[in-house]
Amino acid sequence: MKPEINMNMKVLVVDDFATMRKIVRNILKQIGFTNIVEAEDGANALELIKEDKIDFVVTDWNMPNMTGLELLKNIRSIEKAKDTPVLMVTAEGLANNVVDAVKAGVDNYIVKPFTADTVQAKIEQIFAKRSGKA
Amino acid sequence: MNVEFINPFLSATINVLKTMCFTEVKPGKPFLKKDQNSCGDVSGVVGITGPPNGSMSLTFSKDSIIQIVANMFGEKFQEVNDDIKDAVGELSNMISGTARNELGNKGYAFKTSIPTVVSGPAHEIRHMCKAPTIAIPFSTSAGGFVVEISFEN
Repeated sequence: MKPEINMNMKVLVVDDFATMRKIVRNILKQIGFTNIVEAEDGANALELIKEDKIDFVVTDWNMPNMTGLELLKNIRSIEKAKDTPVLMVTAEGLANNVVDAVKAGVDNYIVKPFTADTVQAKIEQIFAKRSGKA
Repeated sequence: MNVEFINPFLSATINVLKTMCFTEVKPGKPFLKKDQNSCGDVSGVVGITGPPNGSMSLTFSKDSIIQIVANMFGEKFQEVNDDIKDAVGELSNMISGTARNELGNKGYAFKTSIPTVVSGPAHEIRHMCKAPTIAIPFSTSAGGFVVEISFEN
């Protein structure tokens, strides 16, 4: 089934910095999302993804132990989660990194610093594309 | 140190503080810093791997960082607690990353480390190389902070 945007969907925010998790959570709440969970690293995120039904992942790129790119590749290798939309938030706006993320199956990415409007636009693009409306 | 490295960090600082923290900052005149003593109460330090290798630090006065993080979250803070220290780490991450992207467009292939945060009234900042440190002071309506960069020649 093609994922469509739904404000009750479970969104997982992954970042090693509580500050960025809070910024992203606040923006997601402003957009209207009501069901937001957090993970402070990739391993914790994968546990949540395996145990629960996560509908959408927003992850940082630059994290210790498991990078956002490695997390993305892991998500794409888990049968029940392989089609989960993933938005990458990164300070790494370099072309090679973007190519690597696209090859690994990222749905969209945001380069820090960003505004709430940018996050909303990127999320809308993801779900419009996923539902065949873009 | 290549003076070409200064402006990307200066503009990244202004951009990140404005976009993520809704805080207008004014840069002062850069100066050469010859010791490891911090110019404030809490610092974030990021190692940069090149060549050339180097590092960047951000040091905030208590008043300036409390106001900056309050602007970012819409909450009030009284002291430099774990939330404030985490924010200093993330700000260091964003500013170094933004500067790195600009320098990347000029042909420099830098990598940046995960930031470390140091606090206390007389803390020291240990840059990664022995080269001179350039300090750029900034002012906000709530006080000042300093960005330091140091790169080997």
